Amino acid sequence: MPVISYIDAVTMAIREEMERDSQVFVLGEDVGKKGGVFKATHGLYDQFGEHRVIDTPLAESAIAGVGVGAAMYGMRPIAEMQFADFIMPAINQIISEAAKVRYRSNNDWSCPMVIRAPYGGGVHGALYHSQSVEAIFANQPGLKIVMPSTPYDVKGLLKAAIRDDDPVLFFEHKRAYRLIKGEVPADDYVLPIGKADVKRQGEDITVITYGLCVHFALQAAEKLASDGISAHVLDLRTVYPLDKEAIVEAASKTGKVLLITEDTKEGSIIGEVAAIIAENCLFDLDAPIMRLAGPDIPAMPYAPTMEKYFMVNPDKVEKAMRELAEY
Amino acid sequence: MVKNRHEDLGLSNEKVIEIYKTMLMARRIDERMWLLNRSGKIPFVISCQGQEAAQVGAAFALDNTKDYVLPYYRDVGVVLTFGMTAKDLMLSGFAKAEDPNSAGRQMPGHFGQRSNRIVTGSSPVTTQVPHAVGIALAGKMNQEDLVAFVTFGEGSSNQGDFHEGANFAGVHKLPVIFMCENNKYAISVPIEKQLACENVSDRAIGYGMPGVTVDGNDPLAVYQAVKEAADRGRRGEGPTLVETISYRLTPHSSDDDDRSYRAPSEVAEAKTQDPIITFGAYLKETGVMDDALEKELNDQVMAIVNEATDYAESAPYADAESALQYVYAEK
Repeated sequence: MPVISYIDAVTMAIREEMERDSQVFVLGEDVGKKGGVFKATHGLYDQFGEHRVIDTPLAESAIAGVGVGAAMYGMRPIAEMQFADFIMPAINQIISEAAKVRYRSNNDWSCPMVIRAPYGGGVHGALYHSQSVEAIFANQPGLKIVMPSTPYDVKGLLKAAIRDDDPVLFFEHKRAYRLIKGEVPADDYVLPIGKADVKRQGEDITVITYGLCVHFALQAAEKLASDGISAHVLDLRTVYPLDKEAIVEAASKTGKVLLITEDTKEGSIIGEVAAIIAENCLFDLDAPIMRLAGPDIPAMPYAPTMEKYFMVNPDKVEKAMRELAEY
Repeated sequence: MVKNRHEDLGLSNEKVIEIYKTMLMARRIDERMWLLNRSGKIPFVISCQGQEAAQVGAAFALDNTKDYVLPYYRDVGVVLTFGMTAKDLMLSGFAKAEDPNSAGRQMPGHFGQRSNRIVTGSSPVTTQVPHAVGIALAGKMNQEDLVAFVTFGEGSSNQGDFHEGANFAGVHKLPVIFMCENNKYAISVPIEKQLACENVSDRAIGYGMPGVTVDGNDPLAVYQAVKEAADRGRRGEGPTLVETISYRLTPHSSDDDDRSYRAPSEVAEAKTQDPIITFGAYLKETGVMDDALEKELNDQVMAIVNEATDYAESAPYADAESALQYVYAEK
C-alpha cells in the first residue's frame, strides 16, 4: 500500500471525488492556479480547469455563501478557508444558513457542502494562523465537524464528507500536512462520519483525543508500554456530533480517562466528552477525568518560548498519562 | 386616454390584468394578516404593502418555469407570481403543519418552496445574496438557462454579503439580478442615514455591472428593467442591479409603531402613490379595466383569501415531537 502524506490524502480524496461526480467543485482563495497556499488542491486546476477549481475574490462570507447557494441547487461544493482563523467572516453563512437550511425548510431544501480549513499550531503561525476553531461550531445541530488524524482517515472521511447530504466542516491539522505520513489505499473507500476509532488497544488508562494530539498520545503510549503501562487511545475523528457510544465504551474499559485537545481548555470539545463520561460512567471510573489542553489565553503567541508553552506536545502528554496511571 | 405603455413592452391586456390581480392578492393577504394579528390569532406579520408593484412587476419579467427567486421577507408578490398560493401563505401565517415554507418552523415572511424554485431564507438580512450567486454559478456550470433573482432592502445594501456577492457575480459574469426594494426605511432609520451615495444603484459600478433606479410604484417600469436584466443575464453578459423606489406603507412589522419616527402626514402623502390605486387607475385610463371588472377581481381575490384563512385557521399544527425531525438527512 502506498505511503503518502496527510496533505496528499486531501488532494487524492478531492481528485477522486471530482473524477467520480461532475457536480463536485472547489472554490476558495488561491485554490486554482497556485493549488492552494499549502498545495492541498495542487494539480486540480490543470486537470479539471478553472470552472471547477475556482479562484474566488478574497471574501470568506461569499466563499461560504456562494457554496451554500450552489449546494442548495444540487451541486457538491468544496469551499476552502485558507486558514481556520479566517473562517470568522463566514460564520453567519455557516451557522445561520448552511446548518439550518434543511431544518428550516422542513426537509424541502438541503445543503450538501464541505468547508475545509487548515487549523492548529506549532508552525510559528502566531495568533491568527494557529487557532483551533471547532468549539465555535460544536453546538450547532445541522453541522458535522470532522478532524482526522491520519492520511488513511483523511481520504476516507473527506470522501464521505463530499458525499454527505449535509454540511460538513473538515478541519485539517496544518502541522500534520507534511509531518504525518501513512498507508493509504489507491482505491475508493469511505469511512463513516460520526464514528470514533480505537487507534491503540490498552487496559490501564484511556486517552481520548483527535487531530495531531492522537499522534502525541500514540508516541507516549509506546514509551509507557515499556514501563508496563497499557494505554487505550480513542481518536474521535468526528468532534460533532460526538460518538457517545465509543466514548462511553473507551472510558469504561479502563476507568481512567485523559482527554486531550490542542484548543484552549474552557468550553472546548473535551468538556462535552467529559460530560458524556460523567453522565454515563460514574461507577466505572477509578480516577477523576483528567484534561490536557491549551491555556485559556486568546490564541497562540508567536515567540517560540510562548508557542511551545501553549502547544500540547508528546512530553506533556506522556507526563499526564503517567500521572493518571499512577492515580 | 393615457398612453398605453404595456403594449410597447409586449404585455397583453390579459397579462396586465394578471399583474394587477396578483398585486391585489398580495395586498389583501397582507391586510388579512394584520387583522388576524390584531385580533390575537397570529403572533406576527411583516408587510409587502407599498411594494407590490415592484415585486409583481419584477417577477412577471422572469420565467417562473426555470428561474430561481431568493426573496426577502416582504416579497409576497414575488412568491405569488412563482406559484405560492394564498392558502400556502395563510398556513405560514398560522404556523400550521401544511405550510410548504417550513411547516410552521419559521415566522411568516421566511419563504421557501423547492418545487417552485423559491429558495429558503432566514432572518439575518442579506445572506440570500451570495446564495443567488451560487445558484447562478451552478446553473452556468451545468449549462442551464436560468437567472437567479434576489431581493433585499436598501438597509441590506450595506451588508457585506451584498458587496461580496455582487462582486463575485460581477467577476464571474453570472446571470444574477440584484433587486433592491428601496422603501426608504430600515425599520426606523431613514435612507439618508443608510447611504452615503444618492442611489443604491450607484453601487453597481464598483462591481462592473449596470445599475438602474426605477419607480417602484410602477409595475411596468420595474417589469421593463428586470426584463432587460434577465435578457442580459441569459445572453451571458452578467449581473444587473435594479433599485425600485417605493414606500413602506405599514410599520416595519406588527411589533413596530412607526409614529415614533415618521410623521403621519408623510405616510398619508405616500398613500396617494399607492401602486394598487395608481396601477388600477392606469388600467382604467387605458380602457383595460372598468368598474365592473375591478369589482369582479376584488371579489375573486377576497373569496380566495377568505377560503385560505378559514382553511389555515382550522388546519392542524405539526406534532410537538416533529421538532426533532430533519436536523440531518434521514435515510
